[in-house]
Amino acid sequence: MSTPSANEALGRDEIAHLARLSRLALTEEELDRFAGQLGAVLDAVAQVGKADVGDVAPTTHAVPLTNVLRADVATPSLPRDVVLAAAPAAEDDRFRVPRILGEE
Amino acid sequence: MTTTTPDRLVDLDEVLTRYEPVIGLETHVELGTVSKMFCGCSTTFGAEPNTQTCPVCLGLPGSLPVANAAAVEHTIRIGLALGCRIASWSRFARKNYFYPDIPKGFQTSQYDEPLCTAGHLDVEVDGETYRVEIERVHLEEDTGKNLHVGGATGRIHGADHSLVDFNRAGIPLVEIVTRPIPGTGAKAPEVARAYVTELREIVQALGASDVRMEQGSLRCDVNTSLAPTGSLEWGTRTETKNVNSLRSVERAVRYEMRRQAAVLDAGGRVLQETRHFHEDTGSTSPGRSKEEATDYRYFPEPDLVPLAPDAEEVEKLAAGLPELPAARRVRLQEEWGLSATEMAWLVNADALGLVTDTVAAGASPAEARKWWLGELARRANDAGVELGDLAVTPRQVAELTALVADGTINDQLARQTLDGVLAGEGDPRQVVEARGLAVMGESDELVAAVEAAIAGAPDVVEKVRGGKVAALGALVGAVMKTTRGKADAATVRRMLEERVVGS
Repeated sequence: MSTPSANEALGRDEIAHLARLSRLALTEEELDRFAGQLGAVLDAVAQVGKADVGDVAPTTHAVPLTNVLRADVATPSLPRDVVLAAAPAAEDDRFRVPRILGEE
Repeated sequence: MTTTTPDRLVDLDEVLTRYEPVIGLETHVELGTVSKMFCGCSTTFGAEPNTQTCPVCLGLPGSLPVANAAAVEHTIRIGLALGCRIASWSRFARKNYFYPDIPKGFQTSQYDEPLCTAGHLDVEVDGETYRVEIERVHLEEDTGKNLHVGGATGRIHGADHSLVDFNRAGIPLVEIVTRPIPGTGAKAPEVARAYVTELREIVQALGASDVRMEQGSLRCDVNTSLAPTGSLEWGTRTETKNVNSLRSVERAVRYEMRRQAAVLDAGGRVLQETRHFHEDTGSTSPGRSKEEATDYRYFPEPDLVPLAPDAEEVEKLAAGLPELPAARRVRLQEEWGLSATEMAWLVNADALGLVTDTVAAGASPAEARKWWLGELARRANDAGVELGDLAVTPRQVAELTALVADGTINDQLARQTLDGVLAGEGDPRQVVEARGLAVMGESDELVAAVEAAIAGAPDVVEKVRGGKVAALGALVGAVMKTTRGKADAATVRRMLEERVVGS
């Protein structure tokens, strides 16, 4: 999916698509409302584009760190009853989830 | 509209009269690290469900990942073994998608800055070498395991809910992606298989993974497309997911070639889609739809800082690579004085490692080959098991050849000795002793057997004395029979000659 730029309005179809990927059930009315709101948000963020970054390398991390690694050593895991206690549903020592969506 | 599963498949020979295949492979290797990719949870296979999880691999809020140094090193070594360029700057990225086996809602993977790029692997099929270009080798994490409940066992179709085990979630996974491989023609299925076979051997030689396809520590996605012969453009490809044996890799390519040809012949078009492979029938069926699968919204992983492999460290890793399988085959072929064909037999029989170990345990290369490719291959075949799964070790085979070489047993007794070893009666020497299989010396028993044979066949004795020495063979046979093969044929012949012809 392409990222809409500031001068390209965020379409209703794109909102619907994003909602589906996010597993959000939006009503027709909400789609219209969020399309407008998200457009305004994107416009606000687009102001960053005005900054002169001609000689700045693309930056994904603000900290000047690389190669933060851990040694390959096993450490204790959580007890299973603690893990499964946090699950909405469990069965046979496993997390129980609804039928997988989008599959036949 | 087009059908994805035609009623009739086109014969492979016929496919090639009209179409050219292009294949591509994505191979996932679970690394053999002690702990997971981004947390310290153990990676032991077969543990009780959900006993190897923690806040990081469960994707609980507030948890932070730290990359496993050994996994990064294994990935770089795999890249080096495939002749890749090792990046001096590499990052992890989030691959976002919804599926219950991925607890964070994204898989931590690599996207536009993988650790290794632009390598190659040469594979041989029927004496011809095919160069497979490697696009990239990147590091990511494995998913949990779903068990679908309701409907057919373990299958998603008809399931009403699923059970998830997150022990596997977060195990380091290396993905090795080839560039499209054109020009293999009729050999496409075999080239695909040979590539995965060779890759598996390399990873094994590196000690980076146990690469057990049946346990899922090596898995393949197979891409196949067909284009009309002579066409400048490639056809639309399908991606057959989770093909989990070497044989299945070959079958998946063959099936897709035959299916796509039928679709194209009927005037249809091949859909770009993922397909599932069915081991039982060797066929494929449509899987997840494309728009679901590809909108991953990748972005750089903010919780992990970039990897910047030090050039000197990479050089050290390169210098420390073990002898790779291709070089090893060349060396052994020369050391053992084998022809290319003989070497190919060994490799195809999956016997190279066994013979090497048998030679290392003291057997001559010729004897080691003879036993593994002959008697043992026959027995594995009869039992329907892989050669390496027979209940006999290379050391025991070496001991067997030593017993034959020093005359303790002959080949026939050696086969009986092998029966004992395979039945779990111990090492060859123990079996020979326990079963009384040693070759008879010139004992009273043997003298009696020789004299009985002479007495029992006066006509043969007449012939031999009359000059037909070859007739002596019948008497040798008779003695071998009464001694149930335990006598030494040469000794028996000499004893017979002394008594019949006179010395």
